[in-house]
Parts: sequence; C-alpha cells; structure tokens
Amino acid sequence: MMVDIEITGLSFSYPAGPAVLQGANLQVAPGERLALIGGNGCGKTTLVRHLNGLLRPSQGRVRIGDWTTDRCTVARLAQRVGFVFQNPDEQLCRHRVGDEVAFGAINLGYPADQIARLTAEALAWWDLTGSVATNPHDLPYAWRRRLAIASVMAMDTPVIVLDEPTVNQDLWFHTRLVELFAAWQLAGKIVIVICHDLDFVAEQFARVVLLSQGQIVADGPPSQVFQDELALEEAGLEPPQLFRLGRELGWPEGICTPETFLEALKKYHRL
Amino acid sequence: MISPATSRQNTLHHPAIEVVDLHFAYPQSARAVLAGISLTVARGSFVAVIGANSSGKSTLCHALSGFIPHFYRGDLRGAVRIAGLDTAATPLTELVQVASLVFQNPANQISGAKFSVRDEIAFALENLGVPKAEMIRRITEVMDLVGIADLADRSPFALSGGQQQLLALAAMLVMRPQIFVLDEATSALDSAGSRRVFSLLQQLCRAGMTVVLAERKLEEIAVHCDRVLALDQGKIILDGPPQQILASPRLEQCHVGRSRYSRVAERALAFGGWPQDRPLPVQCKEAEAGFRQTQTVK
Repeated sequence: MMVDIEITGLSFSYPAGPAVLQGANLQVAPGERLALIGGNGCGKTTLVRHLNGLLRPSQGRVRIGDWTTDRCTVARLAQRVGFVFQNPDEQLCRHRVGDEVAFGAINLGYPADQIARLTAEALAWWDLTGSVATNPHDLPYAWRRRLAIASVMAMDTPVIVLDEPTVNQDLWFHTRLVELFAAWQLAGKIVIVICHDLDFVAEQFARVVLLSQGQIVADGPPSQVFQDELALEEAGLEPPQLFRLGRELGWPEGICTPETFLEALKKYHRL
Repeated sequence: MISPATSRQNTLHHPAIEVVDLHFAYPQSARAVLAGISLTVARGSFVAVIGANSSGKSTLCHALSGFIPHFYRGDLRGAVRIAGLDTAATPLTELVQVASLVFQNPANQISGAKFSVRDEIAFALENLGVPKAEMIRRITEVMDLVGIADLADRSPFALSGGQQQLLALAAMLVMRPQIFVLDEATSALDSAGSRRVFSLLQQLCRAGMTVVLAERKLEEIAVHCDRVLALDQGKIILDGPPQQILASPRLEQCHVGRSRYSRVAERALAFGGWPQDRPLPVQCKEAEAGFRQTQTVK
C-alpha cells in the first residue's frame, strides 16, 4: 500500500503553552524521503506526532492517504504510520527482544507467517537475531535504539517517521540505515526523519524541510536550503561541514557530498 | 564564571584521573567491556573519547565517575583514582562531590520529583545543603551559561529532547564538579547549542575543571578539545591531540569514521588537490588553508 501526506494550515499549542506550530503546510508523495531540521524546541517532534495522531491539530488538517487524522484513533493510524521515538525507553514494552520486534506486527493483525517473516527480517537487518531472548533493558542504549527501529520496521507501514535515529550510532549503523532507506524508497514508503546531524542530512536526503518558529521556512534540496544563511542562523543551525568549506573557498554551488566537493575542486583549481 | 569547588585542597596535588590496568565486565556480558585501560589525565584537560557502539565509552564514563563499581556491579580489576580518591574505596556520596556524570539519555537524569527547570537544577544543591541565597545565585548563573534561562519556569517534562539534554547538563554543572564526565550528552543539540556547550566546557577547563566526554561530533572535538582517546573493544587504540587522531585511517577500521575534512583531503591528494607535505585537516579553517594552497600553486 502507498499513501501520500498532506498537512494544511497546522497550528498547535500544548495546554497553557504558547503556539508551537503556526500554520505549517507540507505535502509528501509516496516514495519520498525527507529530513525535517530545525533548532532545539522549534516543534519538529510536535509536528510529526500529528502524523500518528498522538497530537491533534488545534487548527488545520492532517491527511494520510484517504484518512484525516481527526477521525482516526491512534491504533488505526498505526496501520499507516510507524513511529520511532527519540527515546527508545518510551517505546519498548516487552521482556524479550524477539517479542518486542513482533509486537507491532501482531497488533496490526497480520497473519502469523507474515509476522514471522517481517520479524526475522528486521532482527537480521539490525544484527539482533542472536539477542532474541535478551531483555531489551539489558541492551546498551544505542542497541535499544536499533531495537526500536527494528520493531517499527517489522510493522511494514507505508509511512515511517524516525525521530533522531542517528544519535549515539556508529558507522555500521549509518550504512545499514542508508541501505534501509533505499529499500523503503523502492517499496514506495514515505520516510520522514528528524535529524540534527546535518552532514548526514546533506549526504543522504534529496529533500530538506526547515522548521523555524512553528513554520516551515524552507523546503527543497539541501544544496538550496543550506544557502539560506539567515533562515538557518535564526533556527540555530550551521550548514554542514563540506558546504561551509565550499563557501569559504568561494564556490557558488552548495556543496553537499564528498563527490560534489571533489568535482568542484577539480573544476575551480583546473586539476 | 564557575570554577570547580576547591574545598578538598589536598586533592589538587594529584592528577585529576588515574586509571591503572582497568578491566570490567557486566554480570551478563560475555567478554570484558573494558580490557586493560591505563590512563592519566592532568587537571584542566579537555579529553574526548571516541569509539564505535559497544567499544566501552559509556562504561569508561561510568568508571570515571564512580558509578562503577558503586551502582553498576560487575567483575572489576585494576584501579581508578579521581582527584586522588580510589573510587572503589570511597563512598559514592563522597565521589559525587568531586565528579559529576551527565547521562546519555537525559530522561534518566531528570529526577521526576520537580516541576520546573529551576527546581530541578536546585535538587542536588538542596541535598548538599547549600544555603538558599547561594543556591539561587548558582542556579541563575548556570542557566545563563547553558542557555536555558528562558525555560526556568517550564516543566522538565514539557521540554524537547535537546532542551532536556541542556537541563541535565545544567543540573550537574551547578554542583561545580572538579571532574565533569559527559556521555554523549550533546547528541540532540542543534549546532548553536553544541557550539555553546563545547565553548563553555573549554572555558571551564581553563579555569581548572577536568572534562572527559564521550562524543561523536568530530568537528567540535577538533576545535575545542586538547586530547582524544579512541576506544576499540575496550582498549585505547589511539591517544593524542585531535589534529593527529581525528585524521587517522584507523578510525575507519574501528567504525568511528574520520573527520570529513581529512577524508576529502586524502582523496584530493590523488590528483594534486591537497598539498603532499601538509597533514590532513580536521577543522574547516585548516582545510580551507590547504585547499587554497593547491589553487595558488597553479
């Protein structure tokens, strides 16, 4: 199944708090992968919690395929939106790693053979097969984060939201995650990632959405979004490393990857 | 400016941290998580610890702050002395007045007993019996330094992930530890927040605090730290200044990854885009200077 997402005029305030979102608009097509970036406390997590119904709009509308979230329970929305929390301990609830990974798929009511296949795939992907009988809380923190992703992966939903997946993770994890992104994209899934590692964002995302003061202030390819110095500075963000280096060297194109950096180097230095 | 509490004058004659052939295994771990760590850290150092997942970074942080062996039990051999105190022989209540640890997950640090950011930061000081006027002064100062003054009246539970990390850091810093240990405690911060925290820690080191932090932000380490330890499978495999360690190809083999600047410079070497005799860069300004050189040569 493939769905699209449309967020229209979304505003939200927590009880007795100031407005966190102020008229955000966003459209995402099936198979799209986007990075949602912004300063601390700008509303990134608040925005994505509207996608699975954990939060409901104060104003505006969130549509996932042919469902509008205000008419759906969280349990129903879980059929379409898988959600990996920033803190894995808010999500893990079983006593064995194997049960944890199967938990979401079981709740979605998939047939037993499908649950077994999805669970085995997700465990193998994250190198957790040998740990099926381990208690999740005996895993190191970084591994609990991997387990949280594996659990959502096994739900096989058309939309997957990951809130800061790369935190505390090493190169092996990054490689696995990027391969998974590619597989999800082929399957037509929407992948929305909140990420503070802007070097990773620049290298792995074709679309970057910048949230600042409750509004989406930039939306486009990273080479373009990172050009907007003023908007980034207001958001408390600094462009990625190679982007800054290219700018310091006076190259006009926004450098986002090692490959584009080396091409520009050859071009401008006539090498 | 915060300077570390100096009530224990006698401790200042010792190195801040001495670790002698430390081995540690958790009860459920198959192999030693720390496998022979020896280390001396001078007072006022700013040391970064890098390494892949499960390389032993967090365990080392726990050992340097006394949580091992007092909170996390396991098979321990060797010795850890912080400010001259043997951590195994000194009660945790005494160690916490010397060393503070900021946890990897801020949700584990926040007490849950307080309903404003200000009160949460006051928690440790209340337990230490700090007089109220001094408490207020120190809390105000630390909130300004960390950049969370505008959150003072908010509930710790109504903060974003990054804001919670800043709170966890402030709540430990307010104790003015001589030794400040941070376990990937800037992971959810935006660029401005990370820069602010690293600059603050650097200033605190100049004022005599000793900081050890497990980190993944190689550029911040390159700009601010004066020593880097790379861990692999519970051993220190590299130890030296950031300029030397962060460009080392061994970091690729142990799944940490080198500085992005050094990676592109090395690839540029192959076609004359980086000067042959120049060390690989780990900071933007070093990279800029080197790449400019191959332009002017032409």
